[in-house]
Amino acid sequence: MILNKIKHKIFIPTAIVFLLISCTKDEKQTVVTKNNLVMSDEFNINGAPNTNLWSYNIGTGANGWGNNELQYYTSRPENIKIENGVLKITARREQYMGAAFTSARILTKGNFETKYGRIEAKIKLPRGKGLWPAFWMLGSNSDTAIWPQCGEIDIMEYLGNSPTKVFGTVHGPGYFAGNAITKSYTLPNSRFDTDFHIFGIEWDENYINFYVDDVLYNQITPFNVTGEWVFNKPFYIILNMAVGGNYPGAPNSETPFPQEMLVDYVRVYQ
Amino acid sequence: MDLNGKLEHIFILILENNLINKKMKNIKINYLRNSLLFGLIILINSSCERDLSDEARNATFSKTAEIFTDGPVAMGTNFYFPYGPDANNPVGSKFSAWSIDENVSYKGNASMRFDVPNSNDPQGNYAGGILRIDGAGRDLTGFDVLTFWAKASQGVTVGEIGFGEDFYPNKYMTTMTNVSLGTAWTKYIIPIPDASKLLNEKGMFRYSAGTQGTNGAGYTFWIDELKFEKLGTILPLQASIMNGNNITRSTFVGVKSSVTGVLASFNMPNGINQSVNISPAFLNFTSSNTSVATVNDSGVVTPISAGTAVITATFNGQPANGSLIINCTGTYNNAPTPTLNPANVISIFSDVYSNVPVNYYNGYWQPWQTTLSSDFSVLGDNVLGYTNFNFVGIEFSNPTVNANSMTHIHLDAFIPGPIAPGRQLRVLVVDFGANGVFGGGDDTRHSTTFTATTSTPVVSQNWISIEIPFSAMPTLASRSHLAQIILEGGDNSILYLDNIYFHN
Repeated sequence: MILNKIKHKIFIPTAIVFLLISCTKDEKQTVVTKNNLVMSDEFNINGAPNTNLWSYNIGTGANGWGNNELQYYTSRPENIKIENGVLKITARREQYMGAAFTSARILTKGNFETKYGRIEAKIKLPRGKGLWPAFWMLGSNSDTAIWPQCGEIDIMEYLGNSPTKVFGTVHGPGYFAGNAITKSYTLPNSRFDTDFHIFGIEWDENYINFYVDDVLYNQITPFNVTGEWVFNKPFYIILNMAVGGNYPGAPNSETPFPQEMLVDYVRVYQ
Repeated sequence: MDLNGKLEHIFILILENNLINKKMKNIKINYLRNSLLFGLIILINSSCERDLSDEARNATFSKTAEIFTDGPVAMGTNFYFPYGPDANNPVGSKFSAWSIDENVSYKGNASMRFDVPNSNDPQGNYAGGILRIDGAGRDLTGFDVLTFWAKASQGVTVGEIGFGEDFYPNKYMTTMTNVSLGTAWTKYIIPIPDASKLLNEKGMFRYSAGTQGTNGAGYTFWIDELKFEKLGTILPLQASIMNGNNITRSTFVGVKSSVTGVLASFNMPNGINQSVNISPAFLNFTSSNTSVATVNDSGVVTPISAGTAVITATFNGQPANGSLIINCTGTYNNAPTPTLNPANVISIFSDVYSNVPVNYYNGYWQPWQTTLSSDFSVLGDNVLGYTNFNFVGIEFSNPTVNANSMTHIHLDAFIPGPIAPGRQLRVLVVDFGANGVFGGGDDTRHSTTFTATTSTPVVSQNWISIEIPFSAMPTLASRSHLAQIILEGGDNSILYLDNIYFHN
């Protein structure tokens, strides 16, 4: 008798919950569904990254890659290797070629470039002040069109002293560096350094949607940018972990080293 | 038995639901629905576990999160207990330090107010105490932090804020030390080291605030919205025991030692590493040699045979820094029990007689003294333990002792280590003279030397019962104002003393 009564009542609260879920998705954004996998690296073969897809940036770049970053990027297995099904980018505190830290940065430039698509990676991030890992893209004409004219899409940027927050950003002419178009996403009940999370964009003509796991948290369109829209052309993918620099500041005594950025996969759908 | 217990549990919940229904008849219908849903979920969960083959499950307690919002929440009637007097605070916490302030709040219409008294307040020179549930404890396993909002009347550092203290047994305490409060409301987060152990907790909050940082001037701070939460954004890092050091302790069978200096650090949502002082029971302990010493889940070590055992701990599955190394030298050999009638004795240190007031059993006289104290107790027998012994002074000058009716001094000494040829042990008795204080030109003393060749020989591994008649102390001019006994002749090894008294 009692059971029947309760069974009857359960539909009302269930309906309320359902409504709440519906509300969170009701953001009036253009959502595309791209399911055709055109590129993936699952990082399943131990050793160095696949050279048919990835190349390295080596060294300190000009002015620490433009940001006064402190690391020297290498291609050594100490800084980058595939092991146990994941790509490991390892930042180390060590004197190397005049730098105080080493790390790695790989890119698909010339090997895989895409205009539009769903570009996503599953990544477990590091911890500690001064660590600045990113999963991002630059316009394929980056050698001829001076940044920020070439365009930059930061699918995920993260600071190791802010373990629950990531940023999705675009840079272009008239909106770059401190004036870039950006939005952060904060995990409500978890951290980015304790588990893998999926970071992605859904990108098509005149819009870029940013998501973390199953949460779409931003859409950027030509209407949002304060300059020319430079994202209707091919871009290449970059994975790196910077140490120090203008944005994160230098590591401190509590920053543990070495620290790893673990990438389970990178996938692109059209 | 198991089945019965669960059915009863379900039945009570249904009854409660009916009760809520009746009580809420006049209230918004939504509340009624929520309570019914709650009831159903629990009912379904419980129902799924009704197989006879299931393991028995412990009864659970309230999972209430809030401790104080606009008033105490589910704390019962008599829940505030200020700290009483202790060695450093003869009065204890000022009783009226804690109150509910209905004019100040972060949220709602009241907060907890803490008026820290001036250091010269006769009603108590600091504020400190606990909030303990008057009633059944709470199940905190679903939370990972204690949070609150706080501000102060001035920028100030509060010594200790935490939870888990219930005055007995204080098994799972967590304390954040040196909490910096500003004048604007700020949220504070204290991590729960391991909530899975907190099945039935009554100690919801503890604090201790003095005026060490304000030159003795009192101040006020407020705490509001005090509650447990599940954030999911706290990363446990490492713990340490013995403050991260490897501490060696020489001991005997049955003489218990405790793991102390337990800290755990956590990476907080703002990226800062926060360290808290925690009870040993949050860690898991291991003895490297359980035939030498065992360790219980509260970090209490019991030596059971001669040998060495290293006590280490893990926290969150990771090894903790530091260790406690137990060197058990075997069964303790008690000093001979005194047999004299108490009427014939003035006792300085014994478990058999009442001791006169003693200023100290180790004066740490600088600059030459190396002797450290490591007093211990074996099954109720208290012993003065000295390590790095070169000399040590025992003083009983307040008041001085009139031993005119006494004829001898007695003390028992034990040297556990080997004795080099010619090793001396000197016993000095000091009288402070008519003025009753040190110095002033009227102090006299006599030193009696014992060596391997004296009639009371200095030996190793055996109690040396020393008896010296005052008649054999010619340079002690008086025994009306005896005030010190000094032991000399150490070689920086270990010395135990017991049963120090004057007698006739």
